Amino acid sequence: MRMEPGTAVAETTTAGRRAGWRDSDLWYSFSHSPLAIGSATVGLICVLGALGAPWIAPHDPFNVASLSLLDSFKVPLHSWSYPLGTDEQGRDMLSAIMYGGRVSLAVGAASVLFAVVLGVAVGLVAGYAGGPVDAVLMRAADVQLTFPAILMALLVDGVVGAIVPRERHEAVQFYVIVFAIGISRWPQFARTVRGSTLVERGKDYVAAARVIGIGRLRILFGHILPNVLGPVLVIGTLTLGLAILDEATLSFLGVGLPPTEPSLGTLIRIGDDFLFSGQWWVTVFPGVALVLLVLSINLLGDWLRDALNPRLR
Amino acid sequence: MIVFIFYRLLQAIPVLLVVGLVAFAMFTYVGDPVAAMLGQDYTEARRIALVHKLGLDRPFYEQFAHYIWAALHGNFGFSYRLAEPVSSLFAQRLPATLELSFTATVFAVVLGVPMGVYAGIWRKSWVSRAFMLISLIGVSLPTFLIGVLLILVFSVQLGWLPSFGRGHVTQLGWWSTGFLTWSGIKALILPAITLGLFELTLIMRLVRAEMLEVLRTDYIKFARARGLRARSIHFSHALRNTLVPVITIIGLQLGGVIAYSLVTETVFQWPGMGLLFIQSVAVADIPVMSAYLLLVGVVFVVINLVVDLLYYAVDPRLRIDRKRHDG
Repeated sequence: MRMEPGTAVAETTTAGRRAGWRDSDLWYSFSHSPLAIGSATVGLICVLGALGAPWIAPHDPFNVASLSLLDSFKVPLHSWSYPLGTDEQGRDMLSAIMYGGRVSLAVGAASVLFAVVLGVAVGLVAGYAGGPVDAVLMRAADVQLTFPAILMALLVDGVVGAIVPRERHEAVQFYVIVFAIGISRWPQFARTVRGSTLVERGKDYVAAARVIGIGRLRILFGHILPNVLGPVLVIGTLTLGLAILDEATLSFLGVGLPPTEPSLGTLIRIGDDFLFSGQWWVTVFPGVALVLLVLSINLLGDWLRDALNPRLR
Repeated sequence: MIVFIFYRLLQAIPVLLVVGLVAFAMFTYVGDPVAAMLGQDYTEARRIALVHKLGLDRPFYEQFAHYIWAALHGNFGFSYRLAEPVSSLFAQRLPATLELSFTATVFAVVLGVPMGVYAGIWRKSWVSRAFMLISLIGVSLPTFLIGVLLILVFSVQLGWLPSFGRGHVTQLGWWSTGFLTWSGIKALILPAITLGLFELTLIMRLVRAEMLEVLRTDYIKFARARGLRARSIHFSHALRNTLVPVITIIGLQLGGVIAYSLVTETVFQWPGMGLLFIQSVAVADIPVMSAYLLLVGVVFVVINLVVDLLYYAVDPRLRIDRKRHDG
């Protein structure tokens, strides 16, 4: 963010702070990119629709009492109360998609958070410590990067599934999936943070902090950490899209979340069974929702990368 | 160069050992094969005899060595689910996966490289913009959804292509191939497109970026100034210099192709290794899972090694860099 000499005083008032934000490069780049505004709008609609599902969804797909088999497989636009049609149990597809998006977003966000915390910590330590610690940690990251994330997630899921007793599966499955996706996506963060830490470590402010006797951990997390978070934001955004796709893929393969809590991937898998009997909307609409959500996240991530790093364009 | 190869091989060994250790740990400590084999009533003497017979009372490193030794001889134990040797299960299913992966890669390269070249040279034209838009959507579309949508259009609505299986296969010794019959080829089309699309977008974007980079260099400007024909500049000067990173990425992406063949094989019920693995994960069939892990680990290490060697062999500049780093 750019700081003009004159704005330094104004920064301390609320109005001045808002003006500072409006003057910033990031806001300028955002307001002058139709693609960024468009994808932010679509993304926001998806996120609000998903998060607000219990309040704004037209029906409650989990309330068995309100379901009627007479309503099953309603064609889209057949009636106003079921704009996207219904599935085989008479559930409103729009409501099911909103609730499903909630699950997908929750898993995606939680696994990215896990990957960020793990990756940033490893990257900071590796970059600051150097030597054999660095070599071992980065070698581990390299090995994991050559292993595709989805395969890693499947293996973790399979092993945990074999260790945890069968009757406890449903209860722990959310955490298993978050762990499996998070553990397969941390190396990217670790490598980036390590690179920036190597640069920051040599700067004067770190030397100054060390000279006045600040502890190593405080230098790492209080001084260096805030300065290496920029790229983490970009990779985090792009990884959120990937994590949502990972979860959808796992759920589609039948090793994701239990069907009592259907995510978008589970909805697509369920709809897949009715592909040949002509009820295409049961598959296609959750698919469209998934693609819209991920596409807008990807576009926002691309824009953020270009805006934060003008050298790339 | 020889030192480098040696160094690289040395690095591969610990990786393989770790993969082997994980596979072995899964094989040995997850689940209890003794309890499963003894059934409900047994005497303590029978249990001890079985433990001894399976070698489970021996020290850890001896068991590990035994496991690796057996794996080197192609003995991965028996599948819990199918009660068949894992090695013969793999042998039956390997051809299906390899043929699918090969076709998908060929599809991605044959289409992706020309599309990338075109988008790099005429970057402002609307065709190039369309290519970029398609590639962006391709990145956001999960593999399984591509498969489902292709089935919906080409199998359900149009009825042109089959939606599952390999069609008629011909046996050539132990290798079963779908390339020789019309129904086998028809069955291959949709899965190959599904699997190859992600790789295609990746190759296209990479070739485009590399072309943009190369077309900016002085020797291209000089070639233009000499009055060479555009065709000759684009293909024999520019494209040739983009190929080193492209080859690397194609090589490294083989790993991704293996991983996503799991998904594609599930969507199309393709009887390959990936489908076998997914079915094994669902019922925690540990011997199959650990053998698959071991095999995939070896394949990945070999691919990485070959790509690294190719890279250093093709581009002399990297060898100099390497020396400077080490010295």
